[in-house]
Parts: sequence; C-alpha cells; structure tokens
Amino acid sequence: MGRAENISATGRKHTARRPVVLRLLPLLTVLVLAGPVLAGFVGTVAPAFGIMPALGLYEPGLNAFRDLFAWPGFNSALRLSLSSGLGATLLSLALVTLILASLQDTKVFTLLRRLLSPLLSVPHAAAAFGLAFLIAPSGWIVRAVSPALTGWDRPPDLLILQDPMGLSLIAGLVVKEVPFLLLMAMAAMGQVQSRRSLVIARSLGYGREAAWLKAIFPRVYAQIRLPVYVVLAYSMSVVDVAVILGPNTPPPLSVQIVRWTSDPDLTLRLRAAAGALVQLGLVLASLVAWRGGEIVTAKLGMRWTESGQRAPALRALRPLAILLAGISVLAVLLGLAGLITWSFAGLWRFPDLLPQEFSLRSWLRFGPTLAQPLQETVVIAAVSTLIALVLTIGCLEAEHRHGLRMGRGGFWILYLPLLIPQVAFLPGVQTLMISLGLTSGRAAVIAVHVVFVLPYVFLSLADPFRAWDKRYATIGGALGAGADRVLWTLRLPMLLAPVLTAAAVGFAVSVGQYLPTLLVGGGRVMTLTTEAVALASGGDRRAIGVYALVQTGAALVPFALALFLPRLIWFNRKALYND
Amino acid sequence: MTDTSSSRQQGLSLQNLRISRGTSTLTEIDAHIDPGEVLSLMGPSGSGKSTLLAAITGTLDPAFTCSGLIRLDGRDITAARPEQRNIGILFQDDLLFPHLSVGANLAFGLRPTKHRAARISVALADIGLDGFDNRDPATLSGGQKARVALMRMLLSEPAALLLDEPFSGLDATLRAQMRTLVFARAREQGLPVLLVTHDLEDAQASGGKIIQMQDVHSLT
Repeated sequence: MGRAENISATGRKHTARRPVVLRLLPLLTVLVLAGPVLAGFVGTVAPAFGIMPALGLYEPGLNAFRDLFAWPGFNSALRLSLSSGLGATLLSLALVTLILASLQDTKVFTLLRRLLSPLLSVPHAAAAFGLAFLIAPSGWIVRAVSPALTGWDRPPDLLILQDPMGLSLIAGLVVKEVPFLLLMAMAAMGQVQSRRSLVIARSLGYGREAAWLKAIFPRVYAQIRLPVYVVLAYSMSVVDVAVILGPNTPPPLSVQIVRWTSDPDLTLRLRAAAGALVQLGLVLASLVAWRGGEIVTAKLGMRWTESGQRAPALRALRPLAILLAGISVLAVLLGLAGLITWSFAGLWRFPDLLPQEFSLRSWLRFGPTLAQPLQETVVIAAVSTLIALVLTIGCLEAEHRHGLRMGRGGFWILYLPLLIPQVAFLPGVQTLMISLGLTSGRAAVIAVHVVFVLPYVFLSLADPFRAWDKRYATIGGALGAGADRVLWTLRLPMLLAPVLTAAAVGFAVSVGQYLPTLLVGGGRVMTLTTEAVALASGGDRRAIGVYALVQTGAALVPFALALFLPRLIWFNRKALYND
Repeated sequence: MTDTSSSRQQGLSLQNLRISRGTSTLTEIDAHIDPGEVLSLMGPSGSGKSTLLAAITGTLDPAFTCSGLIRLDGRDITAARPEQRNIGILFQDDLLFPHLSVGANLAFGLRPTKHRAARISVALADIGLDGFDNRDPATLSGGQKARVALMRMLLSEPAALLLDEPFSGLDATLRAQMRTLVFARAREQGLPVLLVTHDLEDAQASGGKIIQMQDVHSLT
C-alpha cells in the first residue's frame, strides 16, 4: 500500500506540473503564427492612414491613398495582379483536373508522381530563372529552331520575358503550382477512397474521365479548396517570380509596393502601405469571387452529373493532358538543365544549342561569394524548421494526450499566413520594428520564416502523426513507459520518415523565402534567394545559373536525406522501410 | 463475485464503473476478478468493450468521462497514469514495435534489473524462440509474433491482464495453442484476466464467468 500511495502521489505532482508546458504549446503556436501577421497588419494600416511615428506623422488622413491612386501605373498594376493571379490559378487547377481525370492509373501518371517531389522542391525563383533561360529570345527554344526554321542568326528583338501582359509570369507560376496542387489532390484522393467510387462509376458505363469528374472531383475539390485559395493569394501577390518573369513598367502591384518600401525616401512607405492594403483587399475580393465561381460551377456540374451523360468524347482529351503535363514538367526540368549548362558555359554564341566549351570558371568565380549566403540560408532554414517541428510535434502530442483538438478555427489560423499576401503584412512588420527601435537581423528573419514554414510542416506531419496506431501507446503504457518515453522511444522513431519529410518540406519553404528575408532582414540578411533574385536585373546568366543551382540544391538535398536516412537507419526493419 | 465493501482485496475490481460521453452512458460494469480467474465480456462490436478496456488501461479518449473506481490488489488506480497501473494488455494484432529487434521489444517492458540479456534469452527459449534476440519482428511468423507479444507483456510483471480479442487474428490451430498458453501463464502467475471477445469459444475456453455486454446494465 505504501508503495502504491507514493506512486500516485508523485503521479499527481507530475500531472500538475509537467504537461502544463504541453497544454500551452497550441496557444504558443497560434501566437507564433498569427502574431506577426496581425502585428504586421497593424504596422501596415497605421501608415496607410498617415500615421508613422518614425517620421513624426500622427495625423490620420487619406493622403497615402490619394497619392497611390494618382500614381500613373496604378490601374495596370492592379490589372496585372488580377490577371496573373486568376490566370495562373485557373490554368493550374484546370491542368491538375485534366491530368487526374485523364491520366490517373496510367504509366504517365506513375512517372508524374515520381517527379513530383523534385519538382516541388525546386524553389520558385530557380524555376522562374530556368523557364526564362528556355523561353527568352536567346533561350534554348529559339536556339533549337534557329536559324533553320526562323532564319535568325542573332536573338530576335521580341519581348517574351517580362511581357507587358504578364504571360511569362503566369507560365512561371503554373509550372510550380501544378505540382503543388497535384500533390494536394492526390492526398485528398486517398482520403475519399476514390478507387472504389471509380470502379462503381465505370461499371455504370462512365469512361475514365467522366467517372473521375463526376464521382471524384467534387469530393477532392472540397479537400483542396484551401490549397487552391493559397495558390490564388500567392499568385496575385508574388514578388520574386514577378521580378524575374513579370513586366517591369509598370510591374504588378506587389513588386511596386516592395520598390516603394525599399526606397530611401521614407515617405514612400505611406504609399507602399496604402498599396499593401489595396493588395489585401484585391486578394480578399478575388477569394470571394472565386468562391462565387465555385458555387456556380457546382450548380452547373451537378446538372451535368444528374443528366446521366456518359460523355465518352472526353477520352479525346488524353493526348492533350499528356502534352500539357509533359510541357509543364519539361519547363522545370529543362529549365534546370539550362541553369546547369549556363553555369558551366564558356563561350556560347547565339544560335548554337550548346556552348563551345564547358568550364568551371563561373563556379570558381562565384563559389567564394556563395559561401556566406549559403551558410546564412542553411542556418535560417535549420533553425526555423527546428522551431516549427517542435511546435508541430508539441501541438499534435497535446492533441493526443489532452484531446486539445484543433477545430475549424485552428485550421484557418494555420492557413492565415498563406492566405494573407506577404506584401500586405511584411512591410508592416518592418515599419513596426523601425517604430519600436528593434534591430532587424537574422533572429527577426527566422521568426518570420517560422510563420511560413510552420503551416507546411504541420500539414505535412499531421496526417501520419494522427494515423499512428495508438494501441502502441497503450502497450507502451502497460509496459510501464510514461507518455514522454512513449513519444521519444516509440512514436517518433516509428514516424522517422514522415518527420524527416516534414523537416525537408519546411527547410525547402524557408530556402525559397524571398520577401520575408528581404524586408524583415532590413537588407542585411543575405540568403541564396535574395542574392539570386537580385541578379535578375543584371542578366549575367552564368552567375544566375550558379546561384539558382545552389539555391535548388539547398532545397533538394534535405529531401534526398529524408528519403535516404530512414532506409539507412531502419535497413534491418522491414516494416519501416517498405512503406 | 461482486464485492464493493473490501478495498484491500486481491485482484481487479471494477466498482460501479460507468463510461459516458456527454450525458449518454456508453457502458457500465460492476465486477471483481480474483487472481488467476478469467472474466469474459462478450458483445457485438460497438458495445463499448474497447472503450472499457481503454478506461482500465488509463488511455480513455478525453471525449469520454469515467466514473466509479478501479482497484488493483486494493490499490485505487482510477486516476493513475497508464504506466503506473501495472496492467498488461494484449490486442488482436501483435503490435510489436517495428523499429526494435525482438530482444529490444522484450527489454522495453522488462523493468531495470541485472542480467537483462540473460533474462531475455531465457524468456525467448521459454516460448521456443531461442536465439531470436536480434531478429526483425517483421520477419517472424504470426504465431511467433503472438508469443513474443505475450512474453513482452509478462516480462513487465503486470498485476492484471486485459485481453482485447487477442486470438481473433490467428488461424484455428494457432488459436487453440495461444489460448492455452495465455490462460496457463495467467493462472500460473495468479493474474486476474479480463477477456473481451465476440467469440463464444474463446470465452468458454477461459473456464471463467461470461458476461454478455447487453447484460452489463443488469449487474449494477
């Protein structure tokens, strides 16, 4: 009896003290996510309405908006944001739908699925540079057909890159958003048990395409709705891809806002803040409009579904699906090949398909200057990923132990930083930091990176973590292991592969961040991404090749490790490396 | 059998144990199991059998509430954490930890003692798996896995044993063997056993009292 009483007495003490930290983790996570977004929002609203203590401005007014509307490029900047955002999202979603409806369960699809991870991990900026090297007037496509078909023996004077309509910008966004939406849709298909529904639908006389569109698409779309919104918000307000591929005079609104924010003339920050609020309003309005479009599409789709039409003609779309999927994959892969070729290129005259010689000159020249940004990139990515992992695992474990389940609200908070345009709150974070006298630097950059890394880490780890068979925990407890020992010696080791994958996703997200590093780092934190994007205006292709490749490597290597390490560590454990 | 008056009694007592979700009662039981005795709970899936076992192991989903008392050898363990309860459990699946070797699986449950390696070797020989220390559990046959799971549980020296359909995944021959093995070991060590099953044969083989889950209410 004495022993028993002791145990339960210490037990009570333990339950009173230790899990408190764990119980508070979900709240802390919400603060880490929403804090910078809301603070940045305040830091944007105030100057937009004329209040900026750092400049001695305390009188609220609408001058910043008047100033903004008077800017001659305003209308076209707005139009560009809308057309590139809606265009890229519609095209990406259409292409993903076409691929899934026409190609699921085919060999082409298996190949696509294999290519998905590498495609996803290529940072936006590197993919954009690669695409630029393909489609530029002096790029590979023109070289391939010149002078044979075109008669050109010097690069044609065509404005393909940075075209005023923003078409190359849309293309650059689509090639990166298609893999993202495809991954999300494939995960959703697993959840809705699409295979069984397809078998039923096809036995009722529907072809592959109509069966998928009618029986699967509505359920899959319901699951990927938020990711689609993320793509829309991102495409409307992206900065790095727009700097590389988008038009210049005027640029899309987001790029112009960053220009004003970075201007030495601090009064332009008022105009930038007003622009940021307009950008936010534009994104929110577009999301509402998109939601309206969803409702109309659902109505029409329902009518089509109820009509009972088997729509066998849809079969004809398959070659188109293969063609478009091929183009979007090749755009990234050939783009990477282009980056590699330029980085090793010696003399490379125009219509030649390849350089006359390959050399290490560019690597030797830019290598030493790369060391510093590479180190900065790795430190920021590693620390922000680690913080995100700790918070994510803490939240999921709190959910497991205390039933602190994240509701609908928690889900939206997770998506908040991805739905609010970066340009709408990051300048505010910067303004607020100036006002409060905080020094910008690496620590601040890491804190802001966590805001964007955490949602992806969480979304990546949550499903496998929750799917872990809780009876292992029961067995562990019955064998005398406390909750902590169960976590560290059973759950996490068994979840090694998904934990590493989530870490790799987080790392890649951090590596790819441009605006948070640029704005919150106050220009003093230089990562591979900020350096690579800064090269865009210079047009030194060899330098761009080297920087973009190292940037891609920094994002890709962790993925390779996440694949390889579990096999190495669990090489002797069949049940763990086989799935 | 039912005895709520003595609190120092040996065995596993479930005193007015009631599990509810919100305002609706999911299941109720009032029973006592003496050392070496088996109580079988029978009922269709969804009758709250597994939830009851979760309450006894201390792993009840926070969405449920549990009232009443659970006593093990007189000790009130109703609010104790799972690892303090000293209650072993076997499930339908072996649930060997896939990242640990067979020997490490056994070591996981073995309390800190001297001569651990030797004790594990002896335990393995005891279940006919001599020299299996370093094997990957995934390479074992179904019967071997079931025996390792049983031995893992026994090595942790539990004071009571819960069985959650533990024989359902095995084929007929293996099933009879495992049943005999488990009940014999439990009797040998004087463990009170609570068996949850939908198979009458399992319940009858235990040689103990059988409660139909829908009858549980009438017991209170």
